[in-house]
Amino acid sequence: MIPAAPPRPSRPVWVLAGLCCLLAVISALWMWQGLGGGNRGFVLGLRANKLAALALVGVAVGVSTIMFQTIAANRVLTPSIMGFDALYVLLQTALVASLGIAGFAGLPAAAKFLSEIALMVLLASLLFGTLMLQGARDIPRMILTGVILGVLFRSLAGFMGRVMDPAQYAVVQAASFASFNRVNATLLPVAALVTVLAVLAAWRMSARLDVLALGRDAAVSLGLRHRAVVIAALSLVALLVSVSTAVVGPVAFFGLIVAGLAHGLTRSASHAVLLPAAGLIGATILIGGQWLFERQLGQAATLSVVVEFAGGLFFLYLLLKGRIR
Amino acid sequence: MIEIRAVSHQIAGTPILHDITTRLPEGRLTALIGPNGAGKSTLLRLVGRLEPLQAGRISVAGHDIATTPTDRLAQVMAVLGQQTLIASRLRLAELVAFGRWPHHKGRPTAADRAHVAEAIRTFALGPLADRFMDELSGGQAQRAHIAMAFAQDTEWLLLDEPLNNLDMSHARALMARLRALVDQQGRGVAVVLHEVNYAAAWADHIIALKDGRILAEGAPDAVLTEDLLSRLYDAPISVGRHQGRPLVLHHA
Repeated sequence: MIPAAPPRPSRPVWVLAGLCCLLAVISALWMWQGLGGGNRGFVLGLRANKLAALALVGVAVGVSTIMFQTIAANRVLTPSIMGFDALYVLLQTALVASLGIAGFAGLPAAAKFLSEIALMVLLASLLFGTLMLQGARDIPRMILTGVILGVLFRSLAGFMGRVMDPAQYAVVQAASFASFNRVNATLLPVAALVTVLAVLAAWRMSARLDVLALGRDAAVSLGLRHRAVVIAALSLVALLVSVSTAVVGPVAFFGLIVAGLAHGLTRSASHAVLLPAAGLIGATILIGGQWLFERQLGQAATLSVVVEFAGGLFFLYLLLKGRIR
Repeated sequence: MIEIRAVSHQIAGTPILHDITTRLPEGRLTALIGPNGAGKSTLLRLVGRLEPLQAGRISVAGHDIATTPTDRLAQVMAVLGQQTLIASRLRLAELVAFGRWPHHKGRPTAADRAHVAEAIRTFALGPLADRFMDELSGGQAQRAHIAMAFAQDTEWLLLDEPLNNLDMSHARALMARLRALVDQQGRGVAVVLHEVNYAAAWADHIIALKDGRILAEGAPDAVLTEDLLSRLYDAPISVGRHQGRPLVLHHA
């Protein structure tokens, strides 16, 4: 008798262990490199806050991109194509426009954050729920609708920005451009809680995501509740994108690098491996990049610019190598 | 038994099936034949709940497909659609292993692995087991997908044009394999076939569809007649006999 399916290769385990070590080293470097004398406690506290924020965003972007690419059956898409982050920017703009600067600044941060997330998830599930009702070939149509809505959200936000007071617009800008230097520290505990819960939920879905990746027909034949799983996964994506956008602002291409590296390094199709790998890679790249720019290049650039630049280059590389399907 | 009652279906306003009522006998090999656009695949996909049912009722082995939970249905029937493109980079053995998912939901046991090994052996895929799916030919990938459906180990197996991409010997081997499933294990198999002679050679029961209606159904000898086939395909067709079974010839 032929031996049963080959035992799971140990490669992913080694990759994951390696990534853990790398993340630990980078984090230690971030925390203790060039600490010097002076008020160590203060500096360490500051650094820890930033470390947590960077790790959070890295994990959120990595996990959400992998999930989104599985749903879309496409390796070149990131959640930002669906206009998730555009929706977030629109929300901020509308809030500033209706409440004014003082009103916007006076909103209780955690409550505002949570209600924004709730709203995004609600909108995402409503939109995708209705679109998915129609039947079989709907994922491409759903993505196309998302793209169009994203443009709509962006234009609406742009329009509101144009007609609003310049001082107000400056507040909107501060809230809607990715910045890893002005991390919104008050949101950290809530954001961390939401991210951890969402990532755990995604992890619990990993076996179902594996089946989802086989395509709709095969997934339905295997008894997967396809529509429910897709909507649940998209809601988690919406959740994670709003977290990362709220903490630092929109990051478009970064997810592409992370997901590409996760697939390339693990060479696994199992989401139980891919999701943690993407989370670890995302956190490592962000922390390492920020360390490089803040400590070595003397803040000569911003991390977001470089991350997106590298993301664009990597995108081109994937495209030219024909690794994109 | 698969019972189809008063099933109608339309796609974007165009009627595809009109009031179909029929039965697929259990423990038999049923072939769905008919010209392009007759609604064969749609009917099979409706039974396999790959498309939402618009009107009528369908039950598979006593399970109403509209009310039975889909994961329960996955233990009763396996469906293989025509679209077999996979987004993730899987090895053949990993794909076939997914066939056991309805039974273990992510935690395969030794019995599950044995089923997978048997499916790989049955479809002679052993030498390809470690190859990535995107490195296989169309016919090899097709066999891998059929092996996955086979590993699902269900009472019913529904295949939408499984002979696509298969050469003559593999097509023959597949039909013989399906025949063996029916004869030795008493399973029900439904296949959509383009090449009528495969139905003539291997099927117990034939349902001929034209323009979304059933033109004829019954044993091969009753359905595969010159008169009926000529009407079905709107072309002169002659039927000879070979080894006691009809042999359909189109070069008039």
